Amino acid sequence: MRALDVAASVCLIAGAAFSLAAGVALIRFPDILSRMHAATKPQVLGLLLVLLGCGLRFRNTVDITTLVLIGVFALTTAPVAAHMIGRVAYRSGEHRADLLVIDELADHQRR
Amino acid sequence: MTRRDNTIFALLGLTLVWILLWGTFSWANLLGGLGVAAVVLIAFPLPPVVFGGRLRPVALARFVGWFAYDLVLASVQVAALACRPGAPPHSAIIGVRLRVNTDLNLTLTAEALSLVPGSLILEVDRSLGVLYVHVLDVSDRAQAERFRRDVLALERRIVEAVGSPSEFLLVNQSESAGP
Repeated sequence: MRALDVAASVCLIAGAAFSLAAGVALIRFPDILSRMHAATKPQVLGLLLVLLGCGLRFRNTVDITTLVLIGVFALTTAPVAAHMIGRVAYRSGEHRADLLVIDELADHQRR
Repeated sequence: MTRRDNTIFALLGLTLVWILLWGTFSWANLLGGLGVAAVVLIAFPLPPVVFGGRLRPVALARFVGWFAYDLVLASVQVAALACRPGAPPHSAIIGVRLRVNTDLNLTLTAEALSLVPGSLILEVDRSLGVLYVHVLDVSDRAQAERFRRDVLALERRIVEAVGSPSEFLLVNQSESAGP
């Protein structure tokens, strides 16, 4: 079972690295809309990799079913949360309009 | 799919979640799950989702494969952007009109889009079926147009996986322009 442990370690480290990158992105990105990108993609993949690593390490059904549920809920809720925050941020003007090359939503709302 | 089929589907789905939470299958868990699911469905009724399509396993597998690939690509891209020194990345907000304007298709496409490279849903125009997407790291119009085509390709993969025959024809016939 050594190979499985190695695979589990790789998953855990990669997952932690993606989560760290998500944290760095949250600090470094210029406005709230860009930051929501960091809060969805690397964060979700990091979590999935950590869950996969835990699953490979525990190897029993009781734990794995819980891990699967955590993954499914993260995948379904993260985009919705990011959408709601992004929508409110845009509507209240909390974004850096000078960083936008194109803004078709502004054209749409003016009509 | 009728409304009653939808309810049965939701009931079975919630029961499955309950059994997964317990982690073991037993008749007590099954009956308990059915009971909890029934209470949840009665206490929190949801608007009906019309599912007029059919599942195509091969297309579904292709969608899941692409999705996993896109998720990894998106994460690497955002991570690389975060660690890149220099000026903050430019971005764009573009509107993409989907060809199949149903609640289910809008929801699925929006959810999948939020997790794949460079995109975040800001606003949905339900009557026209337009998704307004914030795209990270776009510096000119050509890149934005390329992204618009990516969104429509994602929609096509979803419709091919779960859409009805008429929707299937629609996405395979024409490439529609933006709003």
